Amino acid sequence: MTNSTAISARDICLTFQTNDGPVHALKDVSLDIAPGEFVSFIGPSGCGKTTFLRVIADLEKPTSGSITVNGQDPETARKSRAYGYVFQHAGLFPWRSIAQNIKLPLEIMGYSKEEQEERSQAVLKLVDLEGFGGKFPWQLSGGMQQRASIARALSFDADILLMDEPFGALDEIVRDHLNEQLLALWRRTQKTIGFVTHSIPEAVYLSTKIVVMSPRPGRITDVIDSTLPAERPLEIRDTPEFIALSHRVRQGLRGGHDDLEL
Amino acid sequence: MMLFVLAVALWAALFALNLWLARPGAPSWAGVAVPILFGVALLVLWEATVRGFNVPRILLPAPSSIVATIFSSLPILFADFMQTVVKGALTGYLMGCSAALGVAILVDQVSFLRRGLLPIGNFVAALPIIGLAPILVMWFGFDWQSKAAVVVVMVFFPMLVNTVEGLMDTDKMQRDLIRTYGSSYWQGLIKLRFPAALPFIFNGLKIASTLALIGAIVAEFFGSPIMGMGFRISTAVGQLNLELVWSEILVAALVGTGSYGLLSLVEKRLTFWHPSQRGSS
Amino acid sequence: MMTWSYRPWVNRLGYRYGPVIVVALVIFALWYLASIALNANWAFDKAKRQGITLSPVELVQDTWSQDKPRLPVPHQVAQEIWKTTAQKKITSKRSLIFHSWVTMSSTMLGFVFGVGLGVGLAVLIVYFRVVDMSVMPWIIASQAIPILAIAPMIIVILNSVGISGLVPKAIISAYLSFFPVVVGMVKGLRSPDQIELDQMRTWNASSAHTFWKLRLPNSVPYLFASLKIAMAASLVGAIVGELPTGAVAGLGARLLAGSYYGQTIQIWSALIMAAILAAVLVNIIGVAQSITLKRMGFVS
Repeated sequence: MTNSTAISARDICLTFQTNDGPVHALKDVSLDIAPGEFVSFIGPSGCGKTTFLRVIADLEKPTSGSITVNGQDPETARKSRAYGYVFQHAGLFPWRSIAQNIKLPLEIMGYSKEEQEERSQAVLKLVDLEGFGGKFPWQLSGGMQQRASIARALSFDADILLMDEPFGALDEIVRDHLNEQLLALWRRTQKTIGFVTHSIPEAVYLSTKIVVMSPRPGRITDVIDSTLPAERPLEIRDTPEFIALSHRVRQGLRGGHDDLEL
Repeated sequence: MMLFVLAVALWAALFALNLWLARPGAPSWAGVAVPILFGVALLVLWEATVRGFNVPRILLPAPSSIVATIFSSLPILFADFMQTVVKGALTGYLMGCSAALGVAILVDQVSFLRRGLLPIGNFVAALPIIGLAPILVMWFGFDWQSKAAVVVVMVFFPMLVNTVEGLMDTDKMQRDLIRTYGSSYWQGLIKLRFPAALPFIFNGLKIASTLALIGAIVAEFFGSPIMGMGFRISTAVGQLNLELVWSEILVAALVGTGSYGLLSLVEKRLTFWHPSQRGSS
Repeated sequence: MMTWSYRPWVNRLGYRYGPVIVVALVIFALWYLASIALNANWAFDKAKRQGITLSPVELVQDTWSQDKPRLPVPHQVAQEIWKTTAQKKITSKRSLIFHSWVTMSSTMLGFVFGVGLGVGLAVLIVYFRVVDMSVMPWIIASQAIPILAIAPMIIVILNSVGISGLVPKAIISAYLSFFPVVVGMVKGLRSPDQIELDQMRTWNASSAHTFWKLRLPNSVPYLFASLKIAMAASLVGAIVGELPTGAVAGLGARLLAGSYYGQTIQIWSALIMAAILAAVLVNIIGVAQSITLKRMGFVS
């Protein structure tokens, strides 16, 4: 497999055993993501969007099927630090300052002190948090904390960025602002981004490709390639094109509930 | 009698002052002043009661005569302090706490041990361990070694239970995060779980510091060389030298509060980030 | 892990209790081995004096059946407990049940004193700022003082004014058990959050109403947690209180007498009895806790 695909999944199935019997979190999920794409996963809770992201990140092992990340199996990819992962909550360590938090992955990966300093400064700038390195997480607002956690994921310069509802806990105004910044960041760094959300406007606004998923069993019901231009001001959300795309995503979400139950 | 009335009047005055100091919106130093005034009032009342009612000194010596005894028997108090606190309690405390820390890391790694040893540890932590003192005195002799052994046994389980609980006190997201960096077990332990466990570890250290002192003193009731705080207390009680007993108690109280205070100070510096340390209430 | 929960309940019990049983068995095995090691010297001494050599089997037999071993083995202790409980009249001075009863009654008396004092003080602390500010730091400081060290003195003093028997020991127990209750109850009574307190205000509830309908019910889980610690502390207080005065009855007195005469089996049986007593008393509170909390809807 060459690097023409960043992530390639074939027939991924994942079944959890619970007291109420087996739960099919993922069933026959196949997807290719090209380098530099911004892919959103959208669907109601239980559709497996987070689980799929965790499979990519080797935080969850599929029951069957095959998946490659940068042409490697997920475990090798994780150990070679192929991706940065941003969780729903910032999850910054309270005993470390913002700069020390950003250096955490760098320390684990064995970067030199100078390089740690250099990189943490650079990514702080990238997320507009210059001058906040010495602060502690609990001294910052929720939006700033989440930006710091994105900086942390960017610090070791992985090609892939996996984000699991990173702005889900933030209010709408902060969220709009961070969406704009994230898009600018993506254009500048050309990273491959996998982004889980349950907001239709967020998915349409950010993505080059929208993957619509559906629960019981968790599966992909539609893959929509965005027709929006690369340059996207916030006002683009009022254009007919944007509304048409949103409509199609909504149809896909609705369709997943009552059409063929396999 | 007059003296006593005066003391009660003074006490009432100090209480009124405290009431005024404790009003809403009082300055911040009131938080220190109020308990000190309360303590002073208590001492004055004590002294006046003993003098005013001629309380036999066997029953309750006056604070002034206790202070006099302290100054006249400093060498004895110091020797007892070295024997009981430094040799007995401190040695045992260091050994017991570090052993518990090591075992906790082991228990935390092996889930079988965690499920097997932790319920037993919890059970043992509630037992009257002090009862082992006579046996350990029999095994390790009358000198400080047996006292240290008692302390080791006493501090081990509370420390173990607290540390293991602390090491488990990380949420799944934080562990996943460390995992995405492809970190090793030890990296995860040092960077994430040990710092997260610190508040629990300090809780264990504080509990253990009180237990260590109790263990070292009480173990001396079961046999000791002719020095040590427990030895002095039990013999002085026999000679009805209550001033000396109170002096030893005061030393013990100072050591107890002192070590507790020291631990709190270190804790504050190391776990400044924890909500319990940074919150105002 | 998700996989085990799918198995039948027998396996789940095994998962939960299996390791505990294994660890307990290992402890017993180590105990037997340790008593061979600790008692071997005495066995060799005896054999030397009789001019015989011991085979390994004889050595083990001897170390597990000495009269005053350095470490008696579990079955010796069990025999001693059986002999001094089931086979002795309860009124006999040698009955362990009699001694346990003495210790338990002062434990309970002290516990009741301590809990009453603790709850009362906690209410005062929560409702009166001046009490909070002046007393609370001293209460916390009192925890750092090895109060058990004063136990002999308290008993001697109280004896000299004619108070003897249960009460002096109970006072020590009370002192030890009141602290966790104060701390737990203060926390519990303060646990209702601002929204709940504001809600009471909107109904113009009296402070008595706020106390009985909001603060007190909210403090129940904290109270039970403290009661368990207080009970264990109270038992320790009672045992230590029995040490100094040459007390003739109680588990502490048995410990002391055993240590005077080198009766290790007696010490261990008193110790095990104390452990059983602690486990029973704490478990009674545990059961009361789970029933009460379930009734009150704190746990489903």
